Amino acid sequence: MFHLIPKEKAKVQPEWPERFRQLAEQAEHPLLKSFYGAGCIHPDTPLAQVPFVAMDFETTGLSPQKNGIVSIGLVPFTLKRIYCRQSRHWILDPGKPLHEESVVIHGITHSDIDDAPDLRRILPQLLEALKGRVAVVHHRGIEQPFLSAALKARLGEGVIFPVVDTMELEARLHRHHPLGWLARMLGKKIVSIRLADSRTRYNLPFYAPHHALTDALASAELLQAQVADRFSPDDPISLIWH
Amino acid sequence: MEVEQVEVYEFLRRFVPFKNLPEATLAALSRQVEISYYKADTQILEVGDAVSDLCIVRSGAVEIYRRNGELYNRMSEGGLFAYQSLLMQQKVRFPVKAIEDCLIYFIPEAAFRALFDEHEEFADFFEVGDQSRLRQAVSRREDANELLTSRITALISREPVLISSAATVQQAAGLMTDEGVSSLLILQTEASDPNESEESFDRRQALVSASDGSEHKVCGIITDRDLRTRVVSQGLPFDTPVEEIMSQGLVMINSDEYVFEAMLTMLRTNVHHLPVLKKGRPVGVIALSDLVRYESRNSLFVVSSIFRQQTVEELASLYGDVQASFVRMVNEDANSRMVGSAMAVIGRSFKQRLLELGEEKFGPPPVPYCFMALGSMARDEQLIVTDQDNAMILDDSFDPKLHDEYFRELAAFVSDGLAACGYSYCTGDVMATNRQWRQPKSVWEQYFIDWIDNPTPESLLNSNIFFDLDGVWGRTEWADQLQALISRRARRSQRFLACMARNALNRTPPLGFFKTFVMEQDGQHKNSINLKRRGTAPLADLIRVHALAVGSRAQNSFDRLDDVIEAEILPPGRGPDLRDAMEFISRVRTRHQALDIEAEQEPDNNIEPENMSHFERRNLKEAFQILSDAQKFLKFRYQPNRAN
Repeated sequence: MFHLIPKEKAKVQPEWPERFRQLAEQAEHPLLKSFYGAGCIHPDTPLAQVPFVAMDFETTGLSPQKNGIVSIGLVPFTLKRIYCRQSRHWILDPGKPLHEESVVIHGITHSDIDDAPDLRRILPQLLEALKGRVAVVHHRGIEQPFLSAALKARLGEGVIFPVVDTMELEARLHRHHPLGWLARMLGKKIVSIRLADSRTRYNLPFYAPHHALTDALASAELLQAQVADRFSPDDPISLIWH
Repeated sequence: MEVEQVEVYEFLRRFVPFKNLPEATLAALSRQVEISYYKADTQILEVGDAVSDLCIVRSGAVEIYRRNGELYNRMSEGGLFAYQSLLMQQKVRFPVKAIEDCLIYFIPEAAFRALFDEHEEFADFFEVGDQSRLRQAVSRREDANELLTSRITALISREPVLISSAATVQQAAGLMTDEGVSSLLILQTEASDPNESEESFDRRQALVSASDGSEHKVCGIITDRDLRTRVVSQGLPFDTPVEEIMSQGLVMINSDEYVFEAMLTMLRTNVHHLPVLKKGRPVGVIALSDLVRYESRNSLFVVSSIFRQQTVEELASLYGDVQASFVRMVNEDANSRMVGSAMAVIGRSFKQRLLELGEEKFGPPPVPYCFMALGSMARDEQLIVTDQDNAMILDDSFDPKLHDEYFRELAAFVSDGLAACGYSYCTGDVMATNRQWRQPKSVWEQYFIDWIDNPTPESLLNSNIFFDLDGVWGRTEWADQLQALISRRARRSQRFLACMARNALNRTPPLGFFKTFVMEQDGQHKNSINLKRRGTAPLADLIRVHALAVGSRAQNSFDRLDDVIEAEILPPGRGPDLRDAMEFISRVRTRHQALDIEAEQEPDNNIEPENMSHFERRNLKEAFQILSDAQKFLKFRYQPNRAN
């Protein structure tokens, strides 16, 4: 049934390699020019050959416009191996007020960010680490929009790139239809698709949440498990990216 | 900014051998970790995979199997696997499968080795004790092929079928048909006297108890082939007693020997049926065909093709096959004993075939003779790089004027033929082409008596090689008789043993003062170690001295060691250590030669330590240390003014 999806989506979905070529032309800032210039893999690339990078941000809140990025974790991987050696982790000055509620969640305090750099300073390294790779996040409403907003504020232009959303892959399985009345009558509960709960279903170990680097690792492992569970390494990346 | 994965760090910290590592080391280690997810029922490691990581079960469970499919171990969170293969730099031998959905952490080889080098405790976890690790490194159980791991018992499908020597061949044929067997053991009709003196002290006797309680000796065997070739084709009457056509002088084997011993015995003695004994009682008969499934296409087939070749040129063309079977055995992790025996059987077969061809060419020998193999071939320790060491014992009726021309030509024919087949001429001229080593039996006996009774280190310097001897062709019993002479006489001559001991110390292991390797300093093998000259040869020399001292008649170093250990002349534990050292150095040597052959280079005995793995270096140093200690002990035992 999945083989129908790419065809349907192909009409609406931008062809990423082509878009990257155009964006490389249009982008003003040399960092972005170089980022797009590195290109994007073809949508037919088999999953087994895709270079992924799991990415997680901790933020001061949920609005890309109002809130800032406190930390970034990156973990490059393939279907076969996750490489801790190449992981990156930055604590950043969010440039926005750090609210008590968010501190409780991610545990990064005012004193931690006192000496922390602005995103702009680590941008060359960050974009370099993302270059040529497909980003993997759990819930795509955060990382890409936040990064784009932060870049817009600093460079005057945003950024877009394809993203695989492990939460959406869980939703495909467990949120296919809303629960019918019969299911509700029988006491069925909505299956949680939060990162930690999703991981449990694949026998993945519990990792303490809300540390950008750990969460990135957690999503990388989750994607490996999801693919092992119901995709083939030969399936094209277009099946799962957005 | 380099940063460790907290979850990885915290996990490793919970388990031995990581928990005692310094914090900074563990943090650095957790940065190196790689991770992969395996769904239940998928294979994590397949047999033959290259191993490049130490594996740790992070979640889920795995099962490790033996090659035969038997479950070896089951592991869950914190379980470590693949380290044996990693330590020994071998490919995966035991496949590993996920039995639940699993997350596996991998520690790359380089990081693992760094820890192993720098943290004693970490290394200790993977090796209980140095000696036992060396033993593990050479352990037969884990990495040998079936020929080596299976005991002969496994081949026996039924009890032997017996018949009295007075029965007729027709009765015998009827019994074979009824029982569906291809061979019968023949029982002596008279009960044997339990106090009867043994006619040959080393020939194994088989006895069978009759229903009346009397004991009967197994005196022969007949096979269906014998009925065909010795009865029917000769036109003998069907009432001929079986004892007239049976084969006597039975070659037998013990049931607890390995299958490969049976194979070698059959190849050496050219019999196709071997009675199997258990505590002196026949428990079955195995046929060559039983072994073929264990040994599909290597040495056995090289040997049989040697006997099919009609010319020296054809024999020489088998060189590639010999090398291929050597490489195959090494790659199958056959132990050095097996490789050495198989190569010796091949070498022996070349000699036998060349002598057959020689006798066709020059006619039958004017007087009986025995062709002997000396040195490594006699010890069953031959490898691929070897020269020919051989000699001839001639009948005492030998008259040089009348007969020497024949034997000189025959010896030259064999020697040239061997050289053509890849066995280079002996640089010390220990060959039957040398008149000194082509002598009547009485002269040979006098040689040995002189060496043993009037020894000087100089006179014995080059005669070590004659104390490893084996009859290959002709009157091979003469070689046995020389062995018996040596074993009787040598143990009584303390001066002889002391001279042999002194010579055995001439070649020392390549260890420096600080346990560093001492390399050859000149010539084309500069900065390398000659594993034969510095390792296996001095070990064989040393073991020979001890073996002669206890009157052992064995030729193979491992067999000699068994006799030496049994005689309890070594300090406890030293014997098994020597065996492990011999095995390890031989293995490095064979592996090195196999790699050379695969790389299409001329194989040799020189290795450069810098090209070896850390583990190989470490084990090799240990093996050399054992040799060094054993030499010290030998020196002590035979010091000039010590009363023994």
